[in-house]
Parts: sequence; C-alpha cells; structure tokens
Amino acid sequence: MGWRRKDLLTIRELEPAEILMLLDTAESLKEIATREIKKVPALRGKTVVNLFLEPSTRTRTSFEIAGKWLSADVINVSGSSSSVMKGETLLDTAKNLEAMSPDIVVIRHPHAGAAHLLARSLRCSVINAGDGAHEHPTQALLDLLTIREKKGHLEGLKAVIVGDIARSRVARSNIWGMRKLGMTVTVAGPPTLIPPHVGELGVKVAYTLEEAIRDADIIMMLRLQHERMTGALLPSLREYSRLWGLTLEKLREGRDDVLIMHPGPVNRGIEMSPEVADGPYSVILEQVTNGVAVRMALLYLMAGGKGQ
Amino acid sequence: MNLLVRGGRLVDPANALDGVLDCLVLGGKVAEVGRGLTAPEGTPIVDATGKVVAPGFIDMHVHLREPGYEYKETIATGTRAAALGGFTRVTCMANTEPVNDNRAVTDYILAKARQDGWVHVHPVGAVTRGLKGEALAELGELAEAGCVAYSDDGHPVMNAGLLRRALEYVQPFGLPIISHAEDATLAAGGVIHEGVVSTELGLRGIPAAAEEVMVARDIALAELTGSPIHIAHVSTAGAVRLIRGAKNRGLRVTAEVTPHHLLLTEEAVRSFDTNTKMNPPLRSKADREALQEAVADGTLDAVATDHAPHAPAEKEIEYDLAAFGIVGLETAVPLLLHHFVHGGLLDLGTLIARFTVGPARILNLPGGHLGKGADGDLVILDLDQEREVDPASFASKGRNSPFGGWRLRGFVWMTVVGGRVIQQEGILRGGGR
Repeated sequence: MGWRRKDLLTIRELEPAEILMLLDTAESLKEIATREIKKVPALRGKTVVNLFLEPSTRTRTSFEIAGKWLSADVINVSGSSSSVMKGETLLDTAKNLEAMSPDIVVIRHPHAGAAHLLARSLRCSVINAGDGAHEHPTQALLDLLTIREKKGHLEGLKAVIVGDIARSRVARSNIWGMRKLGMTVTVAGPPTLIPPHVGELGVKVAYTLEEAIRDADIIMMLRLQHERMTGALLPSLREYSRLWGLTLEKLREGRDDVLIMHPGPVNRGIEMSPEVADGPYSVILEQVTNGVAVRMALLYLMAGGKGQ
Repeated sequence: MNLLVRGGRLVDPANALDGVLDCLVLGGKVAEVGRGLTAPEGTPIVDATGKVVAPGFIDMHVHLREPGYEYKETIATGTRAAALGGFTRVTCMANTEPVNDNRAVTDYILAKARQDGWVHVHPVGAVTRGLKGEALAELGELAEAGCVAYSDDGHPVMNAGLLRRALEYVQPFGLPIISHAEDATLAAGGVIHEGVVSTELGLRGIPAAAEEVMVARDIALAELTGSPIHIAHVSTAGAVRLIRGAKNRGLRVTAEVTPHHLLLTEEAVRSFDTNTKMNPPLRSKADREALQEAVADGTLDAVATDHAPHAPAEKEIEYDLAAFGIVGLETAVPLLLHHFVHGGLLDLGTLIARFTVGPARILNLPGGHLGKGADGDLVILDLDQEREVDPASFASKGRNSPFGGWRLRGFVWMTVVGGRVIQQEGILRGGGR
C-alpha cells in the first residue's frame, strides 16, 4: 500500500488505514534519530518549501529536520521575509514558488482554508501545517503516535481535550483522528470556549475539569491564547487557571496511568502547573520527538516511498 | 415604441391574469391585454407561443457599484446583466464611493442610468451620512432627487434611537426604510453561519440570533412609529417567524429573500469556495426550509438577488479575507424556474408575483403589472430551455457565482423595456434605452 493523495489538508478526509500507514511508517523511520549519521537518501533531489506565514518555531523546525534527515533540499519562507507583506496575494506567492518547481509545499497560515486554496491551484503536493482554527493534521498524527507508543494501542482509550476548543486546530484534528481510530473523546472548558454543535463531531462535553479527567486515559491540555481572551470570553486568567488549570492535586482524582499531553508551547501556571508539565505523567517532549518522525513519514510517503 | 406579443401564456399576478393572452404595447405603454389582438400597421410582432409572458421583473436589491467601484461593476454592465436576467427595473444600494447620501450622487446615478442603462434604475439613498450610523442623511432631498427607499445596506443601523428617528422623519416622503438586519456585536467578525460547519472548519460564525435580534427590534420600531420597514435578505427561520407574526398583527413590515438563501445551505462552505461567502451567510437546512415555505405563503413578499459583484482579487484569497457577496442578476430566474417551479416548490404565478407585484408594492414602483397604461416592460420565459450556467459569459463584471456549472431548465427568452426588445435569447439589442 502506498500514499495516494496529492495533498494532506485534513485528518477529517483520511481513512483509518491511511492514518495507520502514516503511524507505522513513522515508527520505522523514528530510529534515524538515534543514528550517528542522521541522514537517509530517500528524498535526495526533492525540494520541500516550508511556507510559514504565522510565527512558529516548533512545527517549522520539525518539518525542516524531517526533510533534512531524508536528504531533501528544504527552503524556509516565513511571514516576515515573504512578499505576502508587500501586498502580493497568497496565490501569487504560491504560484511564484511553484515556478521554482518544488515537490512539496508545507504551509502554515493564520486563516482557515488557506491550505485548500493552495492545493486547488498548485500542481505540487501541499501539506497543511496548521490553517487558522481549522486543522493541524501532523499534530494529530504525532499525538496518536505518542499515545500508541505509550499505551500499546488506541482502540477504546478515553481522551479528554481541555481548553479553548473553539479556536483550536489541534483539537479539531485530534477529534477526527482519535474517533477514526476507535477512541472516545470528551472536550472540556468554559462554555464560551466550546464551539456550537460540537457534539455533532461525535464528542462529549464536560463543564468541569474534575468530571472530565476522572476516567481519562489521556488528558490533552490546549494552549490558551490568553492575550485575546480576557474580557467577553473569560473574566480573568486567574479564574481560568483556578477552574481549568491542571495541578497535581486535581490529578489525584484521575487514573494512575494517565498521559498528560500538550501541543506546546505551555503557558506554565495557566493551563498546567510546572509540576504537571515536568512530572511523571507528562509526555510533552516525546510528542516533540514524534513530530519529526511523523513528518518524515509523511514526506517520505508523499515522495513515493512504500508504506509500512 | 409599439410591440405586439402574441400567443404566449400571459401571467400577471397583480391583475389576476393567467392564460393565453396577447399584449399590445403602444407608445411604450401597455395598451391592451386580451385575446386575438391586432396592432396598427408596422407594429413589430413577437410570437410567444409556448412561452410565458410576464411583467418585467424587478430586482429590489442590487449593487451597481457606480460611482466609485467601477472595477467591480458599472451601471452599464450591471443593467446589461439585468436585461439578460429578465429584470427591467433594478434598485441600487447606496454603498458606493461616495456614498449615495446626497442629491449630487443620486443625480449622478440617474444621469448615468439615462445614458448607459439598459433597464430602469432606481437609487436607494443612505439612511445615515456616509453609512456611519451616526447622523441622518438629508432624507428629504434624497426623496426629491428620485430615491425610492433608504438603506444603510451592508452597515446595519445599530443605534435603535437613530433608526426610530429616521422612521419618523421619512413619513412625509412615503418611502420605506430597508433594514440589513444584523446585530454587529453578535456577528462579531463572523464569516459563515454559526453551526456545525463553522465548528468543523474553524471559521468564525454569525449566529442566526444576530439577524433575529435586529428583526425583532425593527418590528418593534415599525410598531412604535407606524412607518413601513422592509427587511432585506431574510435568512433564518426565526426571522421568518417574527415577520409572519408582525404581518398577522397588521404591522407595515415587508421582506425579501435571495435565491441563494432559498437554494444553498452552510454545507456549501465546506469546500472553502469563497463564492459561498455572503452576508447574511448561507444558513442551515431548517432555515432554508422555512424560507421556502415563507416565499410560497407570502410572508416573504419579494425575491431579490443582492447582486454583489466583486473583482477576482477580492475573492480568490483566504476565506476570512474574501469579500462578502455573489452576483445574482443572470442566474436568479433560471435557478428558481428550475428548482422551484419545475421542482414543485412554487407555482409559476407565485414566483412571478415575488419578482413583480411584490417588490413594486413595497417600493411603490410604477412597474410590476400589465394594466392599461403601465410601462410596456415585459419578460418572456422559455420554461424548457436547458443550459449550463457559465459565469465566464456573464455580462456583469462579477464572476463571483457559486452556481457555475449548474445545469438548469427554464431561462429568460426575451426582455422588453417600454415596448422595445432589448434582449433576445441571450443577445442584447439596441444599445440601451
């Protein structure tokens, strides 16, 4: 079985078998990270453009390392240095990039649907590295890989995603991915941060953290974009962290084998206390490590590599 | 101009006519409707056998963009689109540059329309200066200059006290105020309907309540002042309920609906096609059903397109950043003939009423019927012509339509203004009025 899609825009559109192929391939490529010489020739002669029109360190670096370990030529174009700031439209920028014959364009963009816009008009492959509040497919893949590594399986596990669900592309991609692989998902947070009709995505909603984490196998805390929050959505950060911040004390109500995840970067002391972020349940750094693995898998499969 | 249209099925809801009847136009005015009419020597004769003859259609909600946004549309291109779409009369909204909030702009639009227009053009004046919602425009002078209504369309008048005073102040002029009913604090930067699709796509939603809160307010102000108010582009089931209730209580409230709200739902947005982005947004299936029912039972008096042409660069961009609105003049009639008349949702007479007597009564316009002495404006429909919608062939400068590629049955065959054939089978004739 091989990869058949031109682009990866959403987890929603993927079949479970495609997700599993990506995870299996990532697992087998992960070992490259432990080598003395971290390089395989799989993507030699291929060009990957990272078009990052929104600030990002983690995801861009992760894609860059993934491409380089596979021997691709990786070019980074970022928002501040790009011509997007000079009045050129996204489509203009993309078509100019395409004229230089890249094989894969990875796009991060502050607006939902930007990756779709690119994919419709470019012949090369497009990877969505996060489009507004819509989706962040490789984040869900790295999260699923991390959970499977730690738990040995995915089917039947209970995950709870806590925080600003309404504005989270991480939540959306994980909801689809987890559901497709047989997990149950609960979203939790203040009602002002829970999007309408979210139940129709096949998730439960909890309105207290205690209720949400009681029998959860996985607790995924989202980053609170607190700079735009206080006012109409939240009374104060203090109250948010009191009601929704994860502390060791609140975790006592949870399972002993719970995994604590966070897509980063963590607002320490807001969505979780430092003791939780650095504590024994936390797999936050494993998530980062697995990020490189799933991105290698995706680039490898898109460039024509055989799936595992 | 003289013209005799013979042998068609003539449908004139204002005069309760529906049958095989001839229509004779003399000197640009309807002289007679009846069987076996003869015309003076030399009168051009149109054989409409097998076709439907109706009063020229009226689109009471159009953005002609001139002056100021001629790159989007002009009075010339917009009225050509109207002629091709079967409309002999359009009213154009005030959000031009400069805004139509004073006589000079109204005069300019009417002069341009006399010079370049293919159909009758009636300007709508602004309610407030610069559409800013702060101070009344010179509403009396706008009426004198020839405006047929007032609206800050696109910019809801959020200040209820100011709208109340506007409703009172215009009473001597007899023109209605058209409300773009949307509470800006609830819409809050949304770009699509707030519902399951906005949740899935991560796009900011505009809740149905943003419209309903304003419709309720507008109805209360109509009751307070006794003045007529017209609700533009109704999009939600809740707004329909409020309007139905107000009409049942005898209040002077009227309403219109667009073809796209009658046909599409939020589901269309899933593709991120920016031609599904309009304000108000495409709503849920339940909302669409309520609109379909309301246009049939008369709660919604008129169908209007909200024709909103934009340049490609304003649409071929990120969904959040794309302009709101789609073109509608050249697709409205075929869409509704196909999906509503052939689709069994609406009988032909009712559809024609929503395009003729409905808007004519709301705005006190001269057209919309074929009584003796009325303007000789006709549209002739071919209910069996089948064709695919091709935005590239539009006369409008705007290509922003979500209906490209739709195969439809039932098109406009001929358009007549003042007894002159201006359009036949998609070909414009005679260089305007």
